Amino acid sequence: MITRKRSAAALCALLAALALGLPAAGPALAAAPAADDTPARSEQDAPKVDLVLDVSGSMRARDIDGGSRMAAAKQAFNEVLDATPKEVQLGIRTLGANYPGDDRKVGCKDTAQLYPVGPLDRTDAKAAVATLAPTGWTPIGPALLKAAGDLEGGNGSRRIVLISDGEDTCAPLDPCEVARDIAARGIHLTIDTLGLVPDAKTRDQLLCIAEATGGTYTSVRHTDQLTDRVGQLVDRTADPVVTPVGVKGADRCADAPELKPGLYDDREVFGEHRWYRVDVAPGEELRASVSVAADRAVNRDYGVLLRAVTEHGREIVRGSEAGDGRTDVISTGLRYPSPERDDDSGTAPDVERVCLEVSNSYSAAPSVKTTPGLPVELTVDVVDGPSNASDVAAFGLGRGWWLLGALVVTGFVAGVVWGWLSRWRVAVWRSN
Amino acid sequence: MRTHRGNGGARRAVAAALLGLGAALGPVAVPALADTSPSPAESGSSSQDAAPTEAGTSFRTAAAIRQDQQATASASTGDYLYWSFPADSGQRPTVRATVRLPPASARHADTTWQIDVYDGLRRRQACMYGAQTRTAAPGTGSLELACTLRPVRAWSEPWADDPLPGTYYVRLTAVGLGAADVGQPVQVSVEALSHDVGGAHAVGGGLSEPLVPGVSVSTDDSGTAALSKGEPDGGWSSGWWTDRWLWTAAGGILASLAGIAGYALTRGRGRPYSVPPRV
Repeated sequence: MITRKRSAAALCALLAALALGLPAAGPALAAAPAADDTPARSEQDAPKVDLVLDVSGSMRARDIDGGSRMAAAKQAFNEVLDATPKEVQLGIRTLGANYPGDDRKVGCKDTAQLYPVGPLDRTDAKAAVATLAPTGWTPIGPALLKAAGDLEGGNGSRRIVLISDGEDTCAPLDPCEVARDIAARGIHLTIDTLGLVPDAKTRDQLLCIAEATGGTYTSVRHTDQLTDRVGQLVDRTADPVVTPVGVKGADRCADAPELKPGLYDDREVFGEHRWYRVDVAPGEELRASVSVAADRAVNRDYGVLLRAVTEHGREIVRGSEAGDGRTDVISTGLRYPSPERDDDSGTAPDVERVCLEVSNSYSAAPSVKTTPGLPVELTVDVVDGPSNASDVAAFGLGRGWWLLGALVVTGFVAGVVWGWLSRWRVAVWRSN
Repeated sequence: MRTHRGNGGARRAVAAALLGLGAALGPVAVPALADTSPSPAESGSSSQDAAPTEAGTSFRTAAAIRQDQQATASASTGDYLYWSFPADSGQRPTVRATVRLPPASARHADTTWQIDVYDGLRRRQACMYGAQTRTAAPGTGSLELACTLRPVRAWSEPWADDPLPGTYYVRLTAVGLGAADVGQPVQVSVEALSHDVGGAHAVGGGLSEPLVPGVSVSTDDSGTAALSKGEPDGGWSSGWWTDRWLWTAAGGILASLAGIAGYALTRGRGRPYSVPPRV
């Protein structure tokens, strides 16, 4: 009988162990219905791409897969036009396609829209590309300005893909400065550059143009490489992206513009401090992050500091980051959970004004232009505050062999004392 | 009658002992369960959407990947490539990247590649282990980079930059690059894996929302571009479960067992010998 009862107890124990094990398996089992919603475009306008092709005389050189640079570009364009996503509005602009003469002044104005930015008619676009023949100068700067004009309108993402085989021949207008000025207009335009069999000067210039707008640079030696890259850049434009809202930070807290949760962009020159303001209700948490991009040649050591400061100038929390070497951005962030207020303190304001100060410690050689400032990207989120625990451990629970040992020893001592007490009590009771 | 009761006590003690044993075994059995069960769920969802074959070029455009998913991209040397993945509390993410470098004929000098991992607030996160930065001589064909983060905690003080549940960004780029080596084609692949650290890092408290950028802006139904997409398979953990419950419960059971043992030791069996039988 006793043995039967023991096996029953063992069964009980097994059930108990299973019951304890189940909560761990629970979350894993619940993992099955993972919903993936693919983002669809609804609020944003169509993305726009302008392909800017150098049709200068040097494109005659026959050094890409045995054919001329022009032939490679034409083949690449044909393939890219075939594969362009439907939603992308694509245009083509040429530079140096029409004026074969020697007059520099005329040659430097030679940029024309070959195919207007808009819904793509593949046959028309291909026919237009087929007419191109290497001709004139290389006015990159003016072409970029015109291309930026081509892309005006709408709030979709914009991209210029510049394909060139030589450096700009129209100084003093520096195409790199032009690119930076275009980027500073706040129209979220990226310029990607491709160099066809570039020499060192061409490469440096195209690289500078790309860096100035957060774009990429590729040097091309083969036709398929050109096709793949241009196709990739066009496809990339089709990806839906959140566009930041332009804002201008003030130089002190009192004048700072108020930010609601969202994504913002601004410009900040070397060593400048910019202030923004966020209203945080008691019990809410402010989350802010900032990225300052290096869009020009900067010295190798740099940093960024983001401070959350009260209206009265007391620093609450800061985020800082420093770095060295080649980089695109330096970024940092902070969290500030605003404490819950007591209900009876009627004098306190409902919301707390938190000022955010963004400063950077980029520096550059004296020859580098400081204006327009470096691009600043700021994200602000306000969410419910965290639940703060009274104990560092989850729910104040314990873990580990020391805990088990301590509990066993305590239990044993308590049992011994209790047993001794009850024995003594029974003995006393019996003997009386 | 009295003997009867003593018997009952012994039976209860045995049952309790077995219960305690079961509970003590619990912590051992649970990780095994947790290891095996997620795999069918993951393989199920990875068939739904393939790993991205493109990388983003900024925090804003970072390509969203899931953990255990190998993302690939073709790029040019000098590009800054961004991916994002979600990591939840109790995980210790490891990011691995492989760079297939341009052909040796196109390279002129050593290139140094680096992966950096940033959290949802774009704070750079330290790597505990792994070769985060590596330099390739012109003859090398490929590079392997890795970065293991600190365990992700459910809560930390605002003044600390401990990893918290949310989005993590991976940036892969060449940090040391000669001017002549810029713009060459490279193939890269990146994946994020996680090791489950268990209850040892289970802390009290928790965030109301994971550190996902744009969490207070994005609305689920609009379906437009979001600052950050993706959450762990099965959603963010509620933070309720930790194996500390098992340890504490096991401790309680063992303590009561020890108590019973101690009681039995001093109290003895049945009636104390010194007490004369009742007449």
